[in-house]
Amino acid sequence: MRNAFADEVTQLAAQDARIVLLSGDIGNRLFDRLRAQSPSQFINCGVAEANMMGVAAGMALSGLRPITYTITPFTTTRCLEQIRVDVAYHEAPVIIVGTGSGLSYASLGPTHHSLEDFAILRAIPNMRILAPWDAPSLRDVLKQSLRDTTPTYIRIGKKGEKDILPGSDVAALGRLTQLVKGEKVAIVAVGTVASEAVRAAEELKRVGIAATVSLAHTVKPLPEADLHGLFQTHQLIVTVEEHSLAAGFGESCVSCMQRGGFASTVLPLGVSDMFLSKAGSQQYARRQTGIDSVAIVEAVRGFFANAS
Amino acid sequence: MSVPHHQLEQVARELRFRTVRTSHLSGTPHLGSCLSCLDLLVYLYWNVLKIDPKNARDPGRDRFILSKGHAAPVLFQTLAERGFFSVQDLEEYGTDGSVFGEHPPAPKYLPGIEAATGSLGHGLPMGLGMALAARIQGANYRTYVILSDGECNEGSVWEAALMAAAQKVNSLTVFVDYNKWQATGRSNEVLGLAPLSAKWDAFGWFVHEVDGHDFAAVETAVNAMDEFGRPKVIIANTVKGKGVSFMEDDNNWHYRIPSADEVRKAAIELHIPTNLIRLDGLAPRTHE
Repeated sequence: MRNAFADEVTQLAAQDARIVLLSGDIGNRLFDRLRAQSPSQFINCGVAEANMMGVAAGMALSGLRPITYTITPFTTTRCLEQIRVDVAYHEAPVIIVGTGSGLSYASLGPTHHSLEDFAILRAIPNMRILAPWDAPSLRDVLKQSLRDTTPTYIRIGKKGEKDILPGSDVAALGRLTQLVKGEKVAIVAVGTVASEAVRAAEELKRVGIAATVSLAHTVKPLPEADLHGLFQTHQLIVTVEEHSLAAGFGESCVSCMQRGGFASTVLPLGVSDMFLSKAGSQQYARRQTGIDSVAIVEAVRGFFANAS
Repeated sequence: MSVPHHQLEQVARELRFRTVRTSHLSGTPHLGSCLSCLDLLVYLYWNVLKIDPKNARDPGRDRFILSKGHAAPVLFQTLAERGFFSVQDLEEYGTDGSVFGEHPPAPKYLPGIEAATGSLGHGLPMGLGMALAARIQGANYRTYVILSDGECNEGSVWEAALMAAAQKVNSLTVFVDYNKWQATGRSNEVLGLAPLSAKWDAFGWFVHEVDGHDFAAVETAVNAMDEFGRPKVIIANTVKGKGVSFMEDDNNWHYRIPSADEVRKAAIELHIPTNLIRLDGLAPRTHE
């Protein structure tokens, strides 16, 4: 995804002189094409994220469209007050991109995990929060974000994510993208963990359960209308996120259902209240934290076993 | 066109008085911090900044950020006197629903404001972004930021100082209002701030150290040209509570609110005509 990001930013910067990529001293060689194409549209801000976010806000208030880029915890919680005050309160059109989000960098340990970014940024007024699931959806939401001036946070993966569907099929911001239409159960996945939902739906099909699969790239504003549609037509909605259960996407879906007075069940899958201190691959980490395809299948089968 | 310094002194006396009076009436603190940077604001707003109150959002305007946002009462008085809004508007300072609070609001809420400050350490990075934006867009406006010395406790100030030097952002001028105090102690004792000029010099800045209440000295520093294209910092030695004898260098006035009698005493010291004191019949608001 990060290569697609660099490529898309390079293309967009060629068309729009207001775009400036601010890097927190990462992505060695990743932005070489952009730097060669337009040196003034790339600035390495060094390992100084609080300053980088303030600089981005100052640029955005002066007519530019800055995009900040570094590893997720450093461009979110490290400089949270700058996001809250300089970007969000000023309604500065900054796009904040967190790479290697969730458990992408599982083996780097909890310093590099981001399992609380949705929760924290959701509480900040004026912020839009996006989590595309593959390279085409990343390209699409980046372009959509540049069409208005809403301060936007985009959480992306690292590399090697398989494409799930073409960019042309990606829904508008604030909508769900329906991948598979099933019945009774819907799996709603946010961000790159969507691949687990796809795999889980295939497993469930083999055991005779036709699951709807919907992909969510917008955590805030919550895709309420599409969620209402799922609540009306499905008995069980399983949400999956590579994020803490606390104040994450799943909990906001639960409260959305309750506010709307629907009678279906929302079962959020996410990471419990823990730091994952064991080393290992992202797949290992997903298994350990109960957000992989196996965990989704178990959740669905368990629900219907208990219901019958 | 430059305003003669004796006229600036007259403006400064009036703004000092209005700030003291407003503190009394509204019950808002930070008077010492307001009075220490007031002369810098007067000098900038009358003799330096290329701004047009009638076209406050002109893209080519110079940018000014009061990073020590707790001195907002002085910024509001300055902007009113320069015509961004009326002096009469400021009578509502601190009342329920007023745009005028203890810190500058976001720019969309008040003409003349470039950044909502108050949390220290934000103004310099934002000003640096504005200065870099000018370079990228080929605009020739300049950016000015006033920091407090206590604010230099914040790491983000030094992050920005490093980046501005690396980027050779010579359209950026920073003032440090060096009144030697912060909220609860001497700024050289709470953290090791001294030697402050040497620190900025070591960070790669074009450094001037001046008496921050001497318009001629400030003018010389503002006009100095650097052959190396470095960002400029003016370490302005100032006195907290400057201009009112019983407030000068007394850190109790970081939080203390003047009584009506103290406002009248200040008026005498500042040569304010009795008819401009206007306290009779007005009850100060109490704030918890």
